[in-house]
Amino acid sequence: MSYQKSSFYHPRLPVNDLGLTYRDYEGALSTLCAGCGHDAITSAIVQACFELSLPPHQVAKMSGIGCSSKAPNYFLNKSHGFNSVHGRMPSVTTGANLANRDLTYLAMSGDGDSASIGLGQFAHVVRRQLNMLYVVANNGVYGLTKGQLAATADKGVTNKGGELSLFSDIDLCVMALQLGATFVARSFSGDKKQLVPLIKAAMSHQGFAFIDIVSPCVTFNNHASSTRSYDYVHEHITTAAVTDFIPVKTEITSDCQAGVCEDICLHDGSLMRIHKLQADYDTKNAMKAINDIESHKQKGEILTGLFYLDPNGESFHDVNNSSDTPLNQLKQEVLCPGNRVLSSINDSFR
Amino acid sequence: MSNTSSSKQVNTCQSINDFVVRFANTNGTGSASANNMFAKAILRMGIPVSAKNIFPSNIQGMPTWYEVRINESNFLARRGGQSELVVAMNAQSLLEDIDSVACGGFLLYDSSRALQTHEIRDDINYLAIPISAICQKEYQDPRQRQLFKNVIYVGALAALLNIEFDVLKTLVGEQFRGKDKLITPNIYALELGYQYAHQHFQCPISLRVERRELINNRIMVDGNTATALGAVYGGATVVGWYPITPSTSVVEKFASYCARLRIDPATGKKNYALVQAEDELAAIGIAIGASWNGARAFTATSGPGISLMTEFLGLAYFAEIPMVLVNVQRAGPSTGMPTRTQQSDILACAYASHGDTKQVLLFPQDPFECFTLSAQAFDLADQLQTPVIIMSDLDLGMNDHLTAEFIWDDQQEYQLGKVLSAQQLDELDEYGRYLDVDNDGICYRTLPGTHPDKGAFFTRGTSRNRYAGYTEKSADYVENMQRLTKKFNQAAKLMPSPEIKQSSKRAKIGLIFFGTSSHAIPEAIQQLKDHGLSVDTLRIKAFPFCHSIIDFINDHQDVFVIEQNRDSQMRTLLSNELAIAPNKLNVIANFDGLPLTSLFVVNKVLEHFAQQSSTSQTG
Repeated sequence: MSYQKSSFYHPRLPVNDLGLTYRDYEGALSTLCAGCGHDAITSAIVQACFELSLPPHQVAKMSGIGCSSKAPNYFLNKSHGFNSVHGRMPSVTTGANLANRDLTYLAMSGDGDSASIGLGQFAHVVRRQLNMLYVVANNGVYGLTKGQLAATADKGVTNKGGELSLFSDIDLCVMALQLGATFVARSFSGDKKQLVPLIKAAMSHQGFAFIDIVSPCVTFNNHASSTRSYDYVHEHITTAAVTDFIPVKTEITSDCQAGVCEDICLHDGSLMRIHKLQADYDTKNAMKAINDIESHKQKGEILTGLFYLDPNGESFHDVNNSSDTPLNQLKQEVLCPGNRVLSSINDSFR
Repeated sequence: MSNTSSSKQVNTCQSINDFVVRFANTNGTGSASANNMFAKAILRMGIPVSAKNIFPSNIQGMPTWYEVRINESNFLARRGGQSELVVAMNAQSLLEDIDSVACGGFLLYDSSRALQTHEIRDDINYLAIPISAICQKEYQDPRQRQLFKNVIYVGALAALLNIEFDVLKTLVGEQFRGKDKLITPNIYALELGYQYAHQHFQCPISLRVERRELINNRIMVDGNTATALGAVYGGATVVGWYPITPSTSVVEKFASYCARLRIDPATGKKNYALVQAEDELAAIGIAIGASWNGARAFTATSGPGISLMTEFLGLAYFAEIPMVLVNVQRAGPSTGMPTRTQQSDILACAYASHGDTKQVLLFPQDPFECFTLSAQAFDLADQLQTPVIIMSDLDLGMNDHLTAEFIWDDQQEYQLGKVLSAQQLDELDEYGRYLDVDNDGICYRTLPGTHPDKGAFFTRGTSRNRYAGYTEKSADYVENMQRLTKKFNQAAKLMPSPEIKQSSKRAKIGLIFFGTSSHAIPEAIQQLKDHGLSVDTLRIKAFPFCHSIIDFINDHQDVFVIEQNRDSQMRTLLSNELAIAPNKLNVIANFDGLPLTSLFVVNKVLEHFAQQSSTSQTG
C-alpha cells in the first residue's frame, strides 16, 4: 500500500473543455480498505466531473459520518468539502444551497447516515426539492464500527459475525420516488459503464437527484450469506434500460429508434439517451418504478438503472422565488433597510 | 345611582397612575387584543405601562391572565402581590381571581350570573356588569357575543379609570385599518361598556389615570419582534427553524418584515430564504450550512431545541463556522413550563456540546437591546467564526416592554471578518485554513467558489492540522485546542462591556444581574434605600466575561448574583471562569416561572443581613 499519492503523470494526459486533466479532479489518497466499492464510486465521480468539464471550485462536496462520508476527501481536491455530523448532511446542504444557488452540490452519504440516523433529514431534503445530487454508497453494513447490520440490509441475511437481520429493509429509492424526487436511480459501484452516465446526468439535472449505489464492503459484508457481496450483486443485478449521457452541443450521430430508444432533454440542454431493454420501461411513472423495484426484489434480483426522471420539475429556489443573485452575494445596501425605514417602524410601536 | 357594592366600609384603594390591573380570561376567546388595546391606551396617554401575559400552554379553554402595571416612576417590572383592580371574566378561575384583589381593591365581574356567598369578600369592592346579558341582547352571532364581551369591559374600564375615550376610538381605527366595517361595531361595544359604567357607578373610581408626558421617544414592543428586526438589519438571509414556544414569533416576525423589506423591487423575488425544518437538528444544520457558504444565517429556539442543537453547536465551535442562535428561554428542565419565563439555559449554552467547548453568549435586557445585539451578533459571529447565542427569555420575547426607540447608524458597515477574496488568495504564498497568521487565534476563511485553484479545504468536525488535513497527532490537536482558547479570550475584547452603576462613594453591597432581571432593579434600589441600604450594580451583557466584573466583585463586601433559575447558573459560570470563590457570591435565585419582582430581591437581601447579624450575635 502506498502512503503518498504520486504527483507524476503523463505529459499528454487528455484535457477537457476547461483544459483540465483527470488528475485535476482527483482527491487525497483513499484510506478506505483495498477493494472498497466506495473507491470505485470515487473514480466514477472523478471521471464524470472531468468529462462534464465542471469547474471543480464550483462544486461543494457534502457528507455526514461513516466510510461513505469520508469519500469526498478522495475526489475533487479543488472543491470545498464539508464533512458534517452523522445523519445531518441534508440540512447542512440545504443551508449551503440556500446561501448560494449557483454551486453544484454533490453529497455523499451511506446507509447508516441516510437510512438510520438521518432518515428524517433524508426524507425532508427530498420533499424540499433541493437542487443537488445525493449519492448513497449502500453496502448494508456499518463499516467504521466493524460490521453491524444497516437498515438497508435485506431481512433474513446475516452479517459477518452471524447476526441475523430481523427487520424489514428500507429502500431509499422507493422512499425518494414516493417523496417526489425528480431523478431517481440505482447502480452498482462495479458497473462504471452504467454509473458514470447516471452521475453525469444527475449532476446536470436541475432538482433533487438521488442515486443509490450498491457498493460492497470487502471487509465486513462480502461473505456468502450477504446480498451486498460482489458475487451476489454480480449474479442478481438486472436493468430495464441502458442509459447514455450526451452533453450539450454534441453532434448526435445515431438515430434514436422509436420504441426502443428515448431521448430526454435535461434542463441545461444535454440529453439522457435511453435504450430500453424492456418494452414497458417508463421514466415518467414513479408508481410503476416502485412496483418494478419491489417485484424484482421479491425475485431476489437487484433492479438498477434510471427509475424516474422529471427534467422540468421545480426545485427549492423556484418554489421559494429566490433572488437570482445568490443570497451570499447580496450587499449590505440591499439587505439593510436603513434608519429612515426604521423610524417608520418605530412609529408602529407607539 | 348606586356606587360600587361592598358589604362593609373598607379603605378603598386610591391612586392616580400607580396601580395594577389584572385581567382573568379564558384563552382562545379573543381577550388578548382587547387587553392589549387597554395597555396601549395608557401608553397613548403618556403614562409608563407594562403588560405581562401569563398564559397556558394550550389553545382554547384554559385560564389566562394579563397583568398591566401603570407606574409614573417607570417601575415597570412585575410588581407581584395582589392587584388593585381585577377583571374577572373566567368562571374557572373566579375564586382565585377574587383572592388576587388587594384589600380595598376592585373586582369587575360579569354579573349575568350572581355571585355565591363564598365568592363575596367584605374587604373589596365589586363592580357588577352583566356583560354576557348585554351581549346576549345586542348580538345574534355567537362569535360576536363572545368577542364583544372583551371590548365591553374595556369600554367600562375607560369610564371607571378615566381613560380618554377618543384614545380608544383611535386605537380601534388603527387595529381595524383595512377592515373598516369592523370599526363601528367595535366602537359601539366600547360605548356599551362605557355607558353602563357611567350609569351604574360613580365614575371615575378612586383608581384612575391622568394624562402625562412621560413616554418621550420610547416605543412599546416585544423582544421577539425586536430580535427579528435586528436580524433583518444585521443582514440575515437564511433561516432554518422549528416552531417552539416562546421563540416562534422571532421567525414569524422575521418572515413578515422580510416580506415587506426584502423583496427585490425589479423582479419581485425574495432576498431571503426561510425553511421550516423537520426538527431543531435540521434547523441549526441549515443555519450552519448557509453560514459556511457565506450567507448570514440564524435559527431561533427554546430549551428543548437547545438540547437538540448541542451536537451541531459543537461542530460549529470546533469547525469554526459563524452562526447566530436565538434562545428565548422558558422554564425547564425537559418540557418544563413552556409558557413561563426563566434564565435557566446559561450553563447548557455556555458549554453547549460534548468535549471542551465554550460558546459566546449575549444577554439583552429589553427590546432595544434585542434589536441592537441581534444585529451585532452577526458581526461578532463573522468576526469570531463561531456561534453567537442571544439569550433572551419568554418575558422579554413575548411581552410588550416600554423601550428606547430603535436606531440604526447608516454609516456602519457589516463586519464580515476574515474572509479571503480570490485576489487575496492569489497574493498568498500559502494558505492554511487554521494558520494563526495574526496570532489572535482567528484564522482566514475561504468560501466555496471563490478561486479555481486556491483556498479549497475540507471542513470537518474531526481534528485537523493547520491546513485542514485530518490528523490524530496529539501535538496538532493540542495546538488547535489551545488556539481556540486564545480565540475565546480574544472574543472577550469584542463583547459589549458590563453596565456598571456605582456611586462616587462606593457602596458595600454589589448587585450583579443580567437580562430581564434588570427590570426589577431600579425599584429594588429604591426599596433598599428605604431600608437604609445603598447598592452598586453591574449588569452582565455577554460571555466571555470582561475583566471589570472581577474588579466589581472584589470592590464590594457583599455581592449578590440575581438570576432566574434554581441553581444560580450565572454564579457558577462566574466562579468557574473568573476563579471567584463561590462563597464570595450570594445567591438570589427566582425560579417560579414568573418575571422577577423587586420585592423578591429586597427580601432576599434583607434576609441575608438578618441571618448574618443573628449568626454574629450567636457566634
